[in-house]
Amino acid sequence: MSEPTTPPADVTIKEIFLTFLIIGATSFGGGVVAYLRDSLVGKRRWLDDSDFIRMLSISQTLPGLNATNMAVLVGDRLRGAAGAIAAMLGICLPGGLFMFAAGTMYGGHGERPFVSAMLHGVAAAAVGLILAVTVQLGRKSLDRASDLVFVTLTVTGINLLHLSIPYLLLAVGGAAVWWYRPRTAAERPEP
Amino acid sequence: MNQLTLLIGVFAYLSLLAVGGGMAVFPELKLLTVDVHHWLTFPQLIHLYSVGQLSPGPNMMMVTAIGQRVAGPLGALVVVIAFFLPSGLMTFGVGRLWVRLEGWPWRDAIQRGLAPVSIGLVIAGTITIAKGALTGWKAAVIATVVFIFFLRSRINPALLILGGAIAGLAAFAAG
Repeated sequence: MSEPTTPPADVTIKEIFLTFLIIGATSFGGGVVAYLRDSLVGKRRWLDDSDFIRMLSISQTLPGLNATNMAVLVGDRLRGAAGAIAAMLGICLPGGLFMFAAGTMYGGHGERPFVSAMLHGVAAAAVGLILAVTVQLGRKSLDRASDLVFVTLTVTGINLLHLSIPYLLLAVGGAAVWWYRPRTAAERPEP
Repeated sequence: MNQLTLLIGVFAYLSLLAVGGGMAVFPELKLLTVDVHHWLTFPQLIHLYSVGQLSPGPNMMMVTAIGQRVAGPLGALVVVIAFFLPSGLMTFGVGRLWVRLEGWPWRDAIQRGLAPVSIGLVIAGTITIAKGALTGWKAAVIATVVFIFFLRSRINPALLILGGAIAGLAAFAAG
């Protein structure tokens, strides 16, 4: 992969904060990554597409939400630690305030039948949505039978054996990393 | 132990385990908040998760509402910091290191190996939510319709969530 391109030198902390604040306030339906791409690569031109994809793949490998990990990486890239903090605060603030207010209201009105009915419908829709997004992601990034084995082992470990995530990451994660370990040309299996 | 200390412990732990995003830790989130600490019931957790779907920004900001429920405004603040700071610091550190590891052969192995595991964790989290959300055929129909619509059209997911809310009112309010 190519070296990262030089970021624009004149981006201020305030611009970083406001840009991520707007993304945090206007992205609905869970697809925050698409909103990030539109803003950072499209409108602002702070990153090019290959930078964005490289940062996204790091965000997906590390623990944490993709959206907040992206905020940290992009903010750091533009203005170092201060940029990372500004981006993280910006993207979290709107949703955090919304959920605080909603949580307070839920405490008072959550048991009303129409609220409960509406949220039940949203939960069902969300299950369909996450599965669809996962299928889409899986089609793109899983291309071998061995991948499906690791997916199945993970689901079995969590949902049937009720393993806790640290053990699962050590066992299945460790096995998967070992499976894809660096090999010399001689060791590589015949294609 | 003090509730605030417990909140910090639980959410900092979840933060560092969230390989694959917030959905990946949902089974562990349910176990700790519902079964171990009894901060809320499973249906309430599903409800707050659904409110998170209606919220702007990252869906998992819904953890704020759990903190608010347990310990008021201070609880909300403590949970947000505990859930986002550890993974944020890790991303900051590893993000800088990652560029320097360009030539290290294990870097690609780690990325390649964790990809199917993180997808598996997301599916496992979805199954946990589905156990609480798909309580009958009506809910299953809503989920299936959304699944098909999303894959077959380029519709904005926010509209599908809104459609779910309306369908929920129609399907569950009368009964």
